[in-house]
Amino acid sequence: MSDREGGPEGPRLISVRTMDIVVALMMLGAAAIVISDSLRLGMGWQELVGPQSGYFPFYIGLILAGASAINLLRAVFDTRGAQKTFTTKPAVLQVLAVLIPLVIYVAAVYYIGTYVASAIYMALFMWYFGKYAIWRGALVGLAVSFAFFLMFEIWFLVPLPKGPIDDPLVPIISGFLRSLGLY
Amino acid sequence: MPKQAQFRWTRSLLLAAGAVALASAPAFAQGWQPSKPVTFIIPAGTGGGADQMARFIQGIVSKHNLMTQPFVVVNKAGGAGAEGFLDVKGSKGDPHKIIITLSNLFTTPLATGTPFNWKDLTPVAMLALDQFVLWVNAESPYKTAKEYIAAVKGGADRQFKMAGTGSKQEDQIITVALERITGGKKFTYIPFAGGGAVAVQLVGNHVNSTVNNPIEAVAQWRAGKLRPLCIFDGKRSIYTNKVTQTMAWSDIPTCKESGVDVEYQMLRGIFMPAGVTKDQVAFYVGLFQKVRETPEWKKFMEDGAFNQTFMAGDEYAKWVEAAEKTHFELMKEAGFLAKK
Amino acid sequence: MEEIASLLSGFGVVLTPFNILLMLVGIVLGVVIGVLPGLGGANGVAILLPLTFSLAQLPGGKTSAIILLSCIYWGALFGGAITSILFNIPGEPWSVATTFDGHPMARQGRADQALTAAFTSSFVGALLAVIVITFFAPLVARFALSFDTPELFAVQFLTFASFVGVDRAPPFKTIAAMALGFALASAGFDSVTGTLRMTFGFNDLVNGFPFLVAVIGLFGIGEILRTMEQGLAFRGVHAKINPKAVIQTWGRLVRHWSTALMGSFIGCWMGIKPGGATPASFMSYGLARRFAKNPEAFGKGEIRGVVAPETAAHAAGTTALLPMLTLGIPGSPTAAVLLGGLLIWGLQPGPLLFIEQKDFVWGLIASMYLGNVVGLLIVLTCVPLFAAILRIPFSIIAPAIMILCAIGAYTANNAMFNLWMVVMFGVIGYVFVKLDYPLAPLVLALVLGDKAEEAFRQSMLKSQGSLSIFWSNWLVGIIMSLGVLLLFWPIISRAIALARGRTRVADAPT
Repeated sequence: MSDREGGPEGPRLISVRTMDIVVALMMLGAAAIVISDSLRLGMGWQELVGPQSGYFPFYIGLILAGASAINLLRAVFDTRGAQKTFTTKPAVLQVLAVLIPLVIYVAAVYYIGTYVASAIYMALFMWYFGKYAIWRGALVGLAVSFAFFLMFEIWFLVPLPKGPIDDPLVPIISGFLRSLGLY
Repeated sequence: MPKQAQFRWTRSLLLAAGAVALASAPAFAQGWQPSKPVTFIIPAGTGGGADQMARFIQGIVSKHNLMTQPFVVVNKAGGAGAEGFLDVKGSKGDPHKIIITLSNLFTTPLATGTPFNWKDLTPVAMLALDQFVLWVNAESPYKTAKEYIAAVKGGADRQFKMAGTGSKQEDQIITVALERITGGKKFTYIPFAGGGAVAVQLVGNHVNSTVNNPIEAVAQWRAGKLRPLCIFDGKRSIYTNKVTQTMAWSDIPTCKESGVDVEYQMLRGIFMPAGVTKDQVAFYVGLFQKVRETPEWKKFMEDGAFNQTFMAGDEYAKWVEAAEKTHFELMKEAGFLAKK
Repeated sequence: MEEIASLLSGFGVVLTPFNILLMLVGIVLGVVIGVLPGLGGANGVAILLPLTFSLAQLPGGKTSAIILLSCIYWGALFGGAITSILFNIPGEPWSVATTFDGHPMARQGRADQALTAAFTSSFVGALLAVIVITFFAPLVARFALSFDTPELFAVQFLTFASFVGVDRAPPFKTIAAMALGFALASAGFDSVTGTLRMTFGFNDLVNGFPFLVAVIGLFGIGEILRTMEQGLAFRGVHAKINPKAVIQTWGRLVRHWSTALMGSFIGCWMGIKPGGATPASFMSYGLARRFAKNPEAFGKGEIRGVVAPETAAHAAGTTALLPMLTLGIPGSPTAAVLLGGLLIWGLQPGPLLFIEQKDFVWGLIASMYLGNVVGLLIVLTCVPLFAAILRIPFSIIAPAIMILCAIGAYTANNAMFNLWMVVMFGVIGYVFVKLDYPLAPLVLALVLGDKAEEAFRQSMLKSQGSLSIFWSNWLVGIIMSLGVLLLFWPIISRAIALARGRTRVADAPT
C-alpha cells in the first residue's frame, strides 16, 4: 500500500525517504538563516523597544531547527520510506513539463507583458497537452487575454505588467470602447 | 456683499487667474497631456490618511473632468512605503506616474537604510500640511498641555503611555521631541498600524495620550470622548467653524503658547519620477491647482483641519530639502537612524 | 422596539428601483472581484470609490453610494468561495479554510453541493451578524473598546489553539510547517521597531511573503502540479449538473444548524474587533472539526467543513463594519476603505453617526439585509453555471488557472517579484503535500504570525515585560485560559477517556 493511487507507473526515481531528507535539510537551512538574522537584530529585551526585532523569529528559528532535526533523523532511519515512491521518472517529466513553461511564462511577463505572454502560454499549453490545433489554442489564448485585459486595464483600472506590444494597446482599446460609449 | 465672502471671492479669483496662467503657460510650449492612464502610487495602506487623500483627488479629477485620462490608484505600502518610493525611483522618465508622500519619504530611508531619497524623485507640488494634535481621554484630569507635561514630569519614568502610528515615524518623532521638556522622563511609546487603532486605544483608556492627525480623532472629539490639548503648529488653525458644541479647530491652542515648544507638520505632497520634462511637471502642477479650487477639496481641508500651504517648483524643492534636514537631525538625536 | 421602527424606515429609504439596481450591479461586480484572486473586497471598493463621488451628492445619494460599495463587499464575500471550491485557489484570504473540504467535494463531483453550502452558509452568517448589528450596535461598540493589545494577542492565541492538532500529520512535521509559517511571516518590515528583517538587502523582500501569494501558490499551483503528475485527469469532470442540487443540499444543511450557529457566533465576535474574517474562518473550521463526532471525515469533503468557515467569514465580514460606523475605526481593510468613502462624501463615522445621520445608518443596515438576499439569489442561480466550469477540458482550464494565479499574485500588492514567489510556493505546496507536511498550520501561522507578534510585543511594552498582563483582567484571562485548554485538549480528552476506562478504537476510514 505504498504507492499513491493513480499516477503514471514507472521506475522509482526518488524515494520518499530521500525527499524527506532533502526537505528536512532545507528547513534546517532556513532555520539557520532565521536564527542568524535574529542574532544580528538582537533577540533580547531593550528598554523602550520591548522585545527586540529578533526575539520572536529567534525562538521560531529554534523550533524550526529542532523539529527539522527530528524529521531528518526519522527520515534517515526510515526504512519503509526508502521503499515508498516519491515520484517516478514519467511523473517527474510530467510535472517539469508544466513547471518549466510556467517559469518561462513568468520570465516572459517581465519582457513582453502579461497579456501577450498569457496568450502565448495558453495557446502552447492547449496545443502541447490538449492536442488542439495551434490556431484553436491561439484563438482561446487571445480571447482569455482580451477578457483579462478588459477586466483589469479598462474596468477595474488595475494595471498589470505590460510590454512593448500590449502597452500601446491600452489607450487604443480604451479610446475605441469610449467611442462606442461602452466605457 | 459681506466682507469675508468678498475676500474669499477675490482670493479665489486671484487663484483662478493663477491657475489659468499656469495652465496656459505650457500651451505655448506645446502643452503636454497624459496619453494613457496615470498611475497614482500611495506609499501606505488602504484607508489611511494618504490613501484617503489620493482617492479623494481621484474622485475630484473624474467628477470635474480635469484630465482626459483616468487616475489609477495603486497602494504600495510594503516596508513603510519603501516599496512605493522604490517603484517611482525605478521608473525614471515615466510621466504617467505620480506618488503622494507623507513623512515616510524622509523617515523610511533614514530608519531602514532602504536606498532612496527625495532627490531620486521630481518634486511637483505641496498639496497641504497635515497637523498633529496632542490628545488625551476626556475623562482624564488634564485640561492643558502644560498640566499634562507637568504630570509626566512628576510621574515615574515610562509611566505615561503614548500610542502612535508606526515606529520611528512622525508620531514617535514628536514623542521624542516632547521628551526634551519632560525632565528626563520618557514616554512608553507603543506603535500601531493605523491612526484609527491609535484613537481607539485612547478612547478605550488603554494609553494616556496620542498625537493623532485631526481627521483621525475628530469623530471621537465631537462625541466628547477625547480632549485636544494643543496643536503642533506655529500658529492656530484658521478654521473657525464650530466642530464640537463649544470649540472650533481654531480654539485649540498651539503647543508653543502652552509652554510646549514643539512644532511638527507632515507633508502631503506630490512627486514624479526623475528625468521628466518641465512641461510634464507643469501639467500636474496645473492639475492640482485646479483640484485645490474645487469646493469639495476646500471642505475636505476644513474637515481635516489641514494647513493649506501650496508650493511648487523651486520653492517646494527648497522646503523639501529643509524638511529632510530637520528629519535627519530629529532622528539622529532620537537614535532612529539605521545602523550602517 | 425603537430599532424595528428605524429599520423599517431604513427599508423605506432603500427600496427604490435605482437602489435595487445598484445592489445588483454591486453584487455582480463583487462576485467578479471575489473570484479573481489578489483583487479583494478592499480593492474592489477602493477602485469604485471615486465613481461614487458624484453619486453621493445627489439627494439621498449617500445611501445609494454606500449600498453600491457595501454590495461589492457582500459580492466579494460570496465570490471568494467559488475558486476555492472549484480549483483550490482561495479567491480571498478568508476562503482558504473553505478549500479544505470544498475542493475535495468538487473533486468528488459534488461541486454544486459545495457551492450551495458555501453560499447558503455565507448568507446565514451575514444574516445573524446583521441582526446583531441591528439590535446591539451600541453595546457591541462598547465591547469593542474594551479590547486592548493583550486581548488581541489572546484572540490570536485562541485561534491558533483551536486549530492546531486537528490534522493527523506526523506531529513534528506539523510543528516544522507551522514554524516555517511563522518564520515567513516575520520576514520583511517589522512594524514595531521599524526595521527590516531577513531581507538581506533584497528590496523585493521588504514586503515579506504576502499571505495571498503564499496561499495561491501552495494551494492553487501546487494542486495543478499534483494533477498534472497524475496525467491531466481532473476528477471533477464527471460532475453532473443537477438542477435540484440547491434544494437537496438545503435539506442536508438544516442538520448542521449547530455548526452554522457556532460559526456565526465566532464570526460576529471576531469581526467586531480583534481578528477579522480570515482568523474567524480558521477558528470556526478548527472547532467544528475538533468537536465533531467523526473528525476524520473533515478534509475529505465534509459539508460541515464548508459551513463552518463560510458562516464565520461572512459574519465577521459583516460585523467588521460596525466598529467602523460606531467608532470610526475599521475592523477590516475593506471597512477602512469604506470609512475613507464616508469621509469623502462628507459623513463622519463615529459615535455621533447614529444620531446625526439616522437615515444613512438605517438605510445601510436595511441594505445589508436586502443586499445579502439579492446576493444569495444571484449566486445560487449561478451554481450550475459555476459547476459547469469544471466540464471544460483540463488542458484549457489548467493554463487559465495558472494565468489567474500569476495575475492574482501580482495584484496582491502589485509586485513583479510575487510572480517568482508564487511559483516557489507552488513547488513547496506540491512537495509538502506528498511528504505529509500539512499546509493548514503553515498558512495559519503566516496569517496570524505578524499580528500575534505585534500584539504580543505591544503588550510587553505596556507591561514592561511581565507576562501577567495576559491574565490581568477577566476578559483577557478567560480568552487565554480557553486557548490553553484548547491547546492541550487532545491530551485532556485522552486523559478523560482513560479515566473512564475505555480507549478509543483507532478511527477506521469511512
